[in-house]
Formats: sequence, C-alpha cells, structure tokens
Amino acid sequence: MTIEAKKTGAFDPVRKTFIKVGVLPFFLVGALIIFTALSDKFLSLQNLVNVARQSVYLVLASMGQMLVLISGGFDLSVGTAIALTSVVSALGMVWFAGIFPDAIWLAITLGAFMGFAAAIAVGLINGVGVAYFDVSPFIMTLGVSSVGAGLALFLTGGVPVSNLPFAFGDTFGFGRLFGVPIPVIIAAVCIIVMWLFMSRTRLGTQVYAVGGNIKAAHLSAINTKRTLLMAYVICALIASLTGLLLTARVESGEANLGSTIALESIAACVIAGVSLRGGIGRVENVVLGAFFIVLVQNGMNLAQISSYMQMVLLGALLILAVIFDQMRYRMILSGN
Amino acid sequence: MSSQPLIETKALTKQYPGVLALNAVDFDLHSGEVHVLFGENGAGKSTLISMLAGANFPTQGSVVLDGQEVKFDSVADAQDKGIYTVFQEFSLIPTLTVAQNIFLGWEPMKGPFIDHRTMRKRAHEMLLELGFDIDPNETTSHLSRAQQQMVEITKAFHGDLKVLILDEPTASLTDKEVDHLFEFVNELKAKGVGIIYISHRIQEFSRIANRITVLRDGGKIGTVDMADTDEDALVEMMTGRAIDEIYPKIEKGSGEVLLTVEGLRTAGIHDASFEVRAGEVLGVAGLVGSGKSRLFRTVMGLTTRLQGTVKMRGKDISHAPTRDIIKEGIYYLSPDRKGEGLDLAKPSRDNLAINLVMGDKVGGDGQLVKWSEVNSEAATISDHVELHEGYRNKPVSQLSGGNQQKVLFGKCFGQNADIIIFDEPTVGVDMGTRAALYLLIKELAESGKAVVVISSDLPEVMNLSHRMLVLAHGHISAELTGDGMTEEQVLKFFFDETGAKL
Repeated sequence: MTIEAKKTGAFDPVRKTFIKVGVLPFFLVGALIIFTALSDKFLSLQNLVNVARQSVYLVLASMGQMLVLISGGFDLSVGTAIALTSVVSALGMVWFAGIFPDAIWLAITLGAFMGFAAAIAVGLINGVGVAYFDVSPFIMTLGVSSVGAGLALFLTGGVPVSNLPFAFGDTFGFGRLFGVPIPVIIAAVCIIVMWLFMSRTRLGTQVYAVGGNIKAAHLSAINTKRTLLMAYVICALIASLTGLLLTARVESGEANLGSTIALESIAACVIAGVSLRGGIGRVENVVLGAFFIVLVQNGMNLAQISSYMQMVLLGALLILAVIFDQMRYRMILSGN
Repeated sequence: MSSQPLIETKALTKQYPGVLALNAVDFDLHSGEVHVLFGENGAGKSTLISMLAGANFPTQGSVVLDGQEVKFDSVADAQDKGIYTVFQEFSLIPTLTVAQNIFLGWEPMKGPFIDHRTMRKRAHEMLLELGFDIDPNETTSHLSRAQQQMVEITKAFHGDLKVLILDEPTASLTDKEVDHLFEFVNELKAKGVGIIYISHRIQEFSRIANRITVLRDGGKIGTVDMADTDEDALVEMMTGRAIDEIYPKIEKGSGEVLLTVEGLRTAGIHDASFEVRAGEVLGVAGLVGSGKSRLFRTVMGLTTRLQGTVKMRGKDISHAPTRDIIKEGIYYLSPDRKGEGLDLAKPSRDNLAINLVMGDKVGGDGQLVKWSEVNSEAATISDHVELHEGYRNKPVSQLSGGNQQKVLFGKCFGQNADIIIFDEPTVGVDMGTRAALYLLIKELAESGKAVVVISSDLPEVMNLSHRMLVLAHGHISAELTGDGMTEEQVLKFFFDETGAKL
C-alpha cells in the first residue's frame, strides 16, 4: 500500500514519513492491528509491560548492532559475545565465590568483569580484523562467532554452569527498584548514554561520518581505523552487558544464549531505518525497532503460532525491511 | 556538405516535473561534419544527446533521420539505425578483459560457444586502428581511467556507423591520446560519418569542429561556423558574460614559506622538491599521469612515502598520518567529490559539520559537540559559498556538480587550515559557478593563506596562479613565475624533463 502511495504522490505525508524514519511506523501499526484482531489479550497493559521487560535484551544488543551498522559494517558475533560473557562470567563467579565465600558481591563483580573482558576480546578481534586488515565485516564476524561459540562450548563441555551466587540472579534477573525491574533501569540508562554518545559527542559524529563515506572522513582528519575499532568494541561491550542480564535471568551460564540475537538485532535496526550502507540511523528508532520485534514475537505467541513458523516470519520480515531500506535509500539519493 | 541533414531535431522538448530540461531545440547534423554541442552543465546537452541515443524520450518535437521521422525505442534500437553514443559514464565491467568488454553483447560465436580467439584478434585490430596502446587481454580494472575511456570509445565502433555521439571523450585523455582520437575522428569524417561532439575543452574545437551549437538553460542560443567564431565569443555565448569576468585578479601576499618539500619520492614521483608560500596561489599543471595529483596526495600521506622530507613551518611531517597533517593546517580537497569528498546521503549541513566537529573552529576541545554552534557556523559557511537556501536540506547527491563543489569548498572553511590544496577544483562545474569558486580561492589567498591549485584545465591554472609547477612523468619539469607562465612554456615542459627553473 505504501508503495502505491509513493508512486501516485497522493499520500505525501506517508512518503515523507517513510523517507524520514523508514518502514517502522507502518510495520508497527500493521502489527498492532493484526495482533489485536487475533488476540484480545494483546493490547492489555499487563501484556505490554511484559513485552517491555522482555525486550530489554534485544534493545541493548540492537543498540550495539546499530553502532556497527552506522559505521558501515555489521556484527554477526553479538550472540557469541553474549554466550561467551555468560559462560565466562558464570565460571568466574562460581570460582571466586569458592575463594571469597563471605564477599559474594566481590565474586559477582570479579566474575562480571571477566565476562566483560571476554567480550572486549571478541570486539577487539572483530575491530582489528575489519579496520586494520580490511577483512569484510561479514567474514570477520562470522568467523569470530564460530570461534567464540566453540570456546564457550569448550569451556563448559556443553553443560550449563549452575550454582551462581543467589544474589546475582535475584538482583539483576528479577530485582526491582521502586517497582521497576532492574534490567529495565539498566537498559534505560544505556539508551540515554547511547543517545548522548551518538548525537552529542565528537566520537559519535565520527562514527556517522565514517559510515557515510570513509574516504571523506579520512580527509576530514578522522582516525577512521580507530573509529571502526571502537564501534566493534562498544558493540561487544553492550552485548556483554546483555549477556550478564540474561545470565542473571536464567541463573546459569549457558553457551547457547543469544543464538538468534544477531539476526533479530539486525532486523530491529533495519526496520528502524538504520541503513545497511552505513551513516544513517537513530538510537530512539532502534529502541522502537527492537521493541517491535519482541512485540511481534509476543503477538505470535498469543496467536499460538508455532515457534518454527515464527522463525519463517521473522526472516521474511528482515528481508522485507531490507527491500524497503533499498527503496528508501534510492529515494533519499534521487529525491523522488 | 549535402543539402539534406543526416539527422535533425525539430523543436525537441523535454519536460521533467518542474524542470524544462530542453526547450524546443532545432539541431541538425550533416554527414562528414563534426558538430560540437557546447554549454554549461545543466544547459541541456546531455538531455539532447540522450534522446538522439535512444536513452530518453522527447516530450514534444521530433527526430528526423535521413528525411524520415523516427522514434527510438531504446539505445539498441538507435544503434540498429546507425547511431552510436559513447557516454561519459563508463559502461565497462571491471572484472572482464578489454576484449570481452568491447564485444559485450556482440561476442563472435563458433557454434554455441564464444570464439575467444577471434574476439581477441578483432579487439586487437580495432585498438590498433584507433591507435590505442592497450592489451586486449588486460583486465579492465587494471587500466588507468584514460585507458578505460579509450576502451569505451573502441566499444562504440561496431557495425554500420552513421552518427557517432561523443560525450566529453577527452576529459581524461592525455594530449597524445587526444591526437589519436582526433585523427580517427577525421578519418570518420572523410568516410561521411556525422559526429556530435560534446566537450568543455574549448581549445579543442578549432582542431575538429565544423559547426558549434551553444545551449544555455535548456534553450538554443545559436549555431555558428567554427571559422566565424573564437573562444572568447563562445564563452560569452555560453555564460552570457565575458571571459575576463571569470578569472579574478588575485593580489600576491607576503610570501612566508609554510611548507617545504625536499626530495620526495614515491611510486610514480621522483625526487620532488618545492615550497608553498603564504598569500600565494601555486598552480600545478601536467598531463594525466604526470603525477601532479599524486605528488600532493603523497604530501598528505594518502599514498606511501618512500623518501624525502616534508616540513610544515619547520616541523617534520614526513611520516605523519593524514589526520595529523590536516591538524598541522593543510587541507586537501579531493578531485573525486562523490568518491572521497562528500557523504552523498546527507545534506550539506552534515557534510560541513564533520569538519567543524573535527576542527577547532567551534566548541573548543571538549568531547561534547555543541550542535547549535556547529549548525550556525555551517549556515554561515553555506551563505559564504553561496549555496542556495533551498539546497541546504537536500542530500548532496541531489545537487548539481557545481553545488556539490560549493559544499566541498565549504568544508575547507570549517577547518582552520593555512594551506589549502584544491585538486581539480572545477571538474564538471559550469562557468557561472566556476567564477564564484574562483572568488573564494582569491579570498583565501588574499587573506594570507597558501593556496595550491592542481588542475588539468590549463587556462584555469594559468589565470589563477602566481607561480606554477609543471610536472612530467613524475618529475617537476619546471617552476614558472611571472612572464615565464605562458601557454607555450607550460606545454613545452609537459613533455620536457630537464627541470629548468625560470
């Protein structure tokens, strides 16, 4: 319908919205209508709060993914960074808890930092490969995701790491502050920091410039290699935070956490108008995009669509979003 | 000249939404003549030929070929009727060989298979006939831009040729290559082929043109015989203003040495030494492939430096990365504004903002960007480079070449540079905008900055410079000043390597 509108020029506001923010508003309205029709529970306050809580993890991972996409690359290894963080931090917490049985928060902190360190290593390898050795982001992050997933399985022997300190899951998985779930608070803080970073700092501006035209950025005194490296490291770091929160939620270190999040986060970003060619994308839209994906998953659950069929639909949605992204980019360049 | 034109347009009109690209243009071409189309960018030349080539369709008016009214369905249809066009944009596939490109879609067959041997042989013969020194087995991406242009021209010479349309064919050819091309054009003329020739290089016209049609703003200004006109008259017809209004007189300043280059060497540059002085415009001329651009790209650290020293105000920057060189106060404007100058999907403000954010002009050294300051400064710069208000919020990809170049010029005002290097500052820019850009160059030089103008447009370098470097085969073949800067001298040193100082 939107395509027709653009061609005839009769629905000018539709066209302008599409150019400005992308396909997300149309998808969002479509999803709301369809799922409200399929299930009367869908639009209840309780369900929407539930969706908000569930979407925390994807919102976080998508912001990292967005940073890398805006820099002109993409990161298929966000899931691996999550799994590796989960496994390493869980092993660390269990181990340190054995050493300092009386200082459980010390053990948790040390374990968490081990998880962060593992993810930073993933980000550094990605970043160095892409920025300094000119490996295509696709191959680099695909390779690293295999390496990381293998390591995570190797470290645990494929068995989840259990017996985490109780306080960890109790606080970061299920805890509430003033009635608000702690993961939601952490995500909110991250969103604000990320928004400030992208729109108010020099480094953020440089990421946009590098993604927009890396040669022009180079000729404008930007350290393009360092900027790219930074994008991958920050992406891994945010993924790591997601991994910690997920670990706290499931109360064990698991090597299969985040296995679908690479696809989902890219879908969230593209639907939210982040260009796959780099240089274009906004934090607030990406948050909404991630929320949309979780909303669709929730709606499909309520409508009792099987999880296998959900995979099919999610993949189709991603491709559709990319097609719309292509059309939008062409419209931006040509001004039609 | 035969009485009946070979091809003729009658009141040809092309209306785009909101733009009248071509307004009732009558144009005719006789067999055995070269008819030049001349005009600024956006004057309608490309629109006119695209309709003759079958790539575009007229809104009104007709095309008459051999006395018959014709309508071309496609480029292939026009080619079937004997009209071949060499477009400015390349249509070569970089991963294929030269021979494969030349015969793309016309491959000689042996049964169901492509006859590669015949293809190579015929490609070789065609290149030889045109006098182009290119190996048909070479992969196209390995060729220089000039060589790719030659392959593009060769590609057009298939089958029965009645009308040949050449769109800026010499834009990236060296003089020797241009000579070959003109010889070939003359041979075609003798065979009765009619040639429509589009070029900005006004110096070429007297060598090949029979008649010239000047277009401005989609309309026809007039058609003149080459014998009855001269360069100044043509420029005046094209721009509506006299030639001495285009190049401003630039006052020469103090002459303090800012940049010293000694014995610089890299692939394609041998032992280059020169100085850049404040308040002065240094022109750099040379043929395509002479290394004039590469020399300054090496200074900027964009290509590997093998030997030699580069000093900015006495500080050694021979091995500094590009970003540090920019911070030392040297700014380089790329000749490839789409490839490495601008972020095409963003409006001018965002393009200008990058330099303001990276430079120290606004907001101090903090990590936070003060967007209100950046935006108001960007607006000031846009005013200064005379970028029309209506264009500022559009992605720069939608702007004309001239306006894109204004944005690119604006970027150098965002960075506090003492030396500004303009590499081909007016390539693909119309005369009216050129005059505006030259005034900006004048302003920079007279405010005490050092300006370097690297250009293949000889009148441009000669008219703007106080001092000139001429490059030939990677050497600085001459440094000319004052009265030594004549066209004759410059051309002599295009081929000379003795390195005389005058």
